[in-house]
Amino acid sequence: MTAPRELIVKRVARFLKDGDVVNLGIGMPTLVANYVPEDVHIVLHSENGFLGLGPNPKPGEEDPQVINAGGQLVTILPGGCCFDSAMSFGIIRGGHVNVSVLGALEVDEEGNLANWMVPGKLVPGMGGAMDLVAGAKTVIVAMEHTTKNGEPKILKKCRLPLTAAKEVNIIVTELGVMEVTPEGLVLKELAPGVTVDEIQSKTEAKLIIPEVIGSME
Amino acid sequence: MKGWFRLKKVVSREEALSHIKEGQTIMIGGFLAVGTPETLVDGIIEKRIGNLTVINNDTAFVDKGTGKLVVNRLIKKFIGSHIGTNPETGKQMHAGELEVELIPQGTLAERIRSAGVGFGGFLTPTGLGTVVEKGKQKIEINGKTYLLELPLRADVALLKAAKADESGNLIYYRAARNFNPLMAMAADLVIVEADEIVPKGSLDPDEIVTPGIFVDMIVKG
Repeated sequence: MTAPRELIVKRVARFLKDGDVVNLGIGMPTLVANYVPEDVHIVLHSENGFLGLGPNPKPGEEDPQVINAGGQLVTILPGGCCFDSAMSFGIIRGGHVNVSVLGALEVDEEGNLANWMVPGKLVPGMGGAMDLVAGAKTVIVAMEHTTKNGEPKILKKCRLPLTAAKEVNIIVTELGVMEVTPEGLVLKELAPGVTVDEIQSKTEAKLIIPEVIGSME
Repeated sequence: MKGWFRLKKVVSREEALSHIKEGQTIMIGGFLAVGTPETLVDGIIEKRIGNLTVINNDTAFVDKGTGKLVVNRLIKKFIGSHIGTNPETGKQMHAGELEVELIPQGTLAERIRSAGVGFGGFLTPTGLGTVVEKGKQKIEINGKTYLLELPLRADVALLKAAKADESGNLIYYRAARNFNPLMAMAADLVIVEADEIVPKGSLDPDEIVTPGIFVDMIVKG
C-alpha cells in the first residue's frame, strides 16, 4: 500500500498540466515536484525571487544564495530567471501562477483556508501564503485528512484565523479528492479501500456524493 | 548631503555606521538572511544602536541576518511577513518585549515599492476576509473588492549587492535580490554592502538592476 503522503503528492502532481507555472508550499507540497509525469513540463516559482526552481543540489554544488522559500538549498534550472520581491508577488497576484499547492490547518466547505497561525500558540506569520491563495488561478490544499489526534480538519466553517476567504478549489488527502463548489464540497475521488462512510465520518463538512466517484490512483 | 555623497560614495564601514541612529526605522534587505548585509548588521550590534523599528521580510535565524538584532534586543518593533524561523522573536513577542506587525509578503513588497515610486497606496485582493483587512478601507473596482494598502518608508535602508560600481549602480546575485531593489527607493539614506566594488563604467548599463542615484553609500562586504 502506498504511504499516505506519497498518495497525496502523487495525486496532486496529476493535476498539473504542461506549461503550468506552479508554486509549491513548504513541507509536503514540495514533494509534488518528484511525481510530475515525464511528458508534463512545468515551471516552478519560488516566492523569494526566481522561476525555474530545480532539485536540491548535488553534494559539493551547493550555493548558499540559492534557497527556496523554506530556506532549503535548491538549484535554478537552465532557462530560469531571478527577480525582486515585487515582481515575484506581481507574478502571484497577477494570476500568472496557474497552481498553488499548500498545506492547511483547517479548510472548510466554502473554500476558506486557515494555515498561518494558532492564536496564543503558533504565530509564524503568513509569509507569502495570503498572496498565493488570493492570487493563484487554482489553489490545491494537500494535507492529511485529520489532525494527529484524529480530529477533522475539513470543517463546515474554519475556526482559526483565515489565510484567505473562498479561494480553495481542490482538497487532496490520503482518503480522497474533494472539489469546492458553490453548493459545497463534492467528493470526486476515493483512495483505494476507502468507503464513502469512512471519509464522511472523518469530515465535519457534509460531503456531496455524486453518482460516480473516481479512484485516486 | 546627497550631492556630496554622489562625488564619493564608497566609504568605510565606520563612516556608514555613524549615520545610523538610535530609534530610527531601518529597512534591511534579505529573505531568510540571503541578501542581508551581514557586516552592517554586525556593526549595529557592535555599536549597540537600539530601540530600532526594523522592516525586513523575516527575522531569519538566531545567528543570521536580522535575527541577530532580535537576539541582541536592539529592536523595539519588527515589521515583516514571517518570524517562524527565529524562536527568539516569538518569545520576545509573547513576553510583550517586542512589537511585531505581520504583513503579507506581497503587500510588504508593494508597500515599500509604493513609497519609492511615489504612489499614495495601492489596491490588493490579498488579505480580504482575514485579520489583515482590519482597519483598512475597502474599495470596489469593476465589481471586485480590494484593500487599500499604504506606502511604507524608512529612515535608512541597509542593502546587500553582489556588485556595485563607484556610482552606486547595483547588480545582485540569485535569490539575494528579493527586497533590496525596492528598499533602495524607499529610504532617506541608502547604504549598500557590496561583495565587489568596481570602477565606473565597468558594469554593462543593460545589466544594472538598481540605478546608482538611489544609493548614498557603498561599503565593501
